[in-house]
Amino acid sequence: MYTDKVMDHFANPRNVGEMEDANAIGEVGNMKCGDIMKIYMKISDDGVIEDVSFQTFGCGAAVATSSMATEMVKGKKITEALELTNSAVVEALEGLPPQKIHCSVLAEEAVKSAIADYYKRKGIDPTPIVGCTGDCKSCHAHAKRDEE
Amino acid sequence: MKKNYVYADNAATTPMSEAAVKAMLPWLTEEFGNPSSMYSLAAKPQTALATAREAVAAVIGADPAEIFFTSGGTESDNWALRGAAYGAEKKGRHIITSAIEHHAVLEPLEQLEREGFELTVLKPDAFGRIDPEAVRAAIRPDTCLCSIMTANNEVGTIQPIAEIGAICREFGVTFHTDAVQAMGHIPVDVEDMQVDLLSASAHKFNGPKGVGFLYVRRGTRLKNLIHGGGQEKRRRSGTENVGGIMAMATALTEAVANMREEYIRLSAMRDRLIAGVLQMPETVLTGHPTERLPGIASFSIRYIEGESIILSLDIAGIAASSGSACSTASLDPSHVLTSMGLSHEEAHGSLRLSLGRYNTEEDVDRILQALPPIVEKLRAMSPVWKSKK
Repeated sequence: MYTDKVMDHFANPRNVGEMEDANAIGEVGNMKCGDIMKIYMKISDDGVIEDVSFQTFGCGAAVATSSMATEMVKGKKITEALELTNSAVVEALEGLPPQKIHCSVLAEEAVKSAIADYYKRKGIDPTPIVGCTGDCKSCHAHAKRDEE
Repeated sequence: MKKNYVYADNAATTPMSEAAVKAMLPWLTEEFGNPSSMYSLAAKPQTALATAREAVAAVIGADPAEIFFTSGGTESDNWALRGAAYGAEKKGRHIITSAIEHHAVLEPLEQLEREGFELTVLKPDAFGRIDPEAVRAAIRPDTCLCSIMTANNEVGTIQPIAEIGAICREFGVTFHTDAVQAMGHIPVDVEDMQVDLLSASAHKFNGPKGVGFLYVRRGTRLKNLIHGGGQEKRRRSGTENVGGIMAMATALTEAVANMREEYIRLSAMRDRLIAGVLQMPETVLTGHPTERLPGIASFSIRYIEGESIILSLDIAGIAASSGSACSTASLDPSHVLTSMGLSHEEAHGSLRLSLGRYNTEEDVDRILQALPPIVEKLRAMSPVWKSKK
């Protein structure tokens, strides 16, 4: 069902755990859907993501996309991290089953949510910079199905 | 299967027994004749079918003429429900079932509902049992059919079928039971259970996939589902799967001959599994504590997600299953667990370990060694675990 890359990131997740000195924390998803992703970041004054970690409740794809997303934004400038798309995460994992694509969307949203938190803590309105932080569609797989 | 792999998903399917494979082979090659043909090559397959029918009938206390071979549990359920609903339509169009039935029962019933039948879906108690008195209370003058499974496939809970059967008979309601998960593992007798229709599938008792049977009590009004060449006394068309049927009869006879000792052996292993798993904090048993199938142990492991447990167990060389939303194509958590009152989060953390004929005490040891570190690792990764601690 999963690619070797997904299984590798599931079995050996990178950057896993809570971060005590994080200055940005984002959480998306909810228990009802069965996926919750929490991303911690340490962002320097000049806007570089010096450190990043995650905690995830969810399936193999949820863990793997979290792990991959943290790898992809680590050491990057906030502006670059904001360009991370869910399809880039899927590509880096060499594909996901169709019913698991929503996990990659959650990962993208978790990154954005953490960056939004960074701006909020600085007293800056994140909406024009970050856009949607994800909370509105964090359960989008279910929302989409309900529409059908 | 990989060497040293622990297969603990026998409720999903089982490997064929050696005797069943042996019983199947001749009918695939030298004795390949179509049983419906007139020439001598058809004689042996004809006799074989009769022998298999007698063997299956003997196991469940039926007459051979009441056994119809099908392509498996799903077909048997579809035939029983659609056939009986339209067969007893004159009495009324109300059907009673339970919320914990297999999809092979629920989906055809929902289709019947779209066709104008009315459905009453009974909720189980927290252990997954259906109260026979709830069946009595649900029966109306226009109730034509009731379908309650013998034992549940996800949590293993055994239903009080004989009591429900007696109530249905008292009110003249046709009674069907899906015995797919129970057959070959606990005693199943159509007289004791007072059932009119009973579905079974060979691959759940070490027989082949793609073959099963439907028991139809003599006198039960049942419309045909599969139309065609008129096999099975014009009730179920399609050239008989002779090899599969012979293997099923062999596997079932074998399972019943060893049932007593297997029941004792598997129950003991299951109880050791349950005791071991429950030593982990925030872990609960799902299903009935005692009235459960000998091989099925099922749990909710809180604050982690089922598919992650399954994948981790697979990496450790253990096959198990989960009713979590993520482990199903529909992204919905198990309807069985939620109808028993489990919250979505509890259902997400569901784990089913099901033992069978080829499992050993060593397998139980392997599972009990592998599981705690997996749960610990996943909980350490879970943002919900920390906040609940």
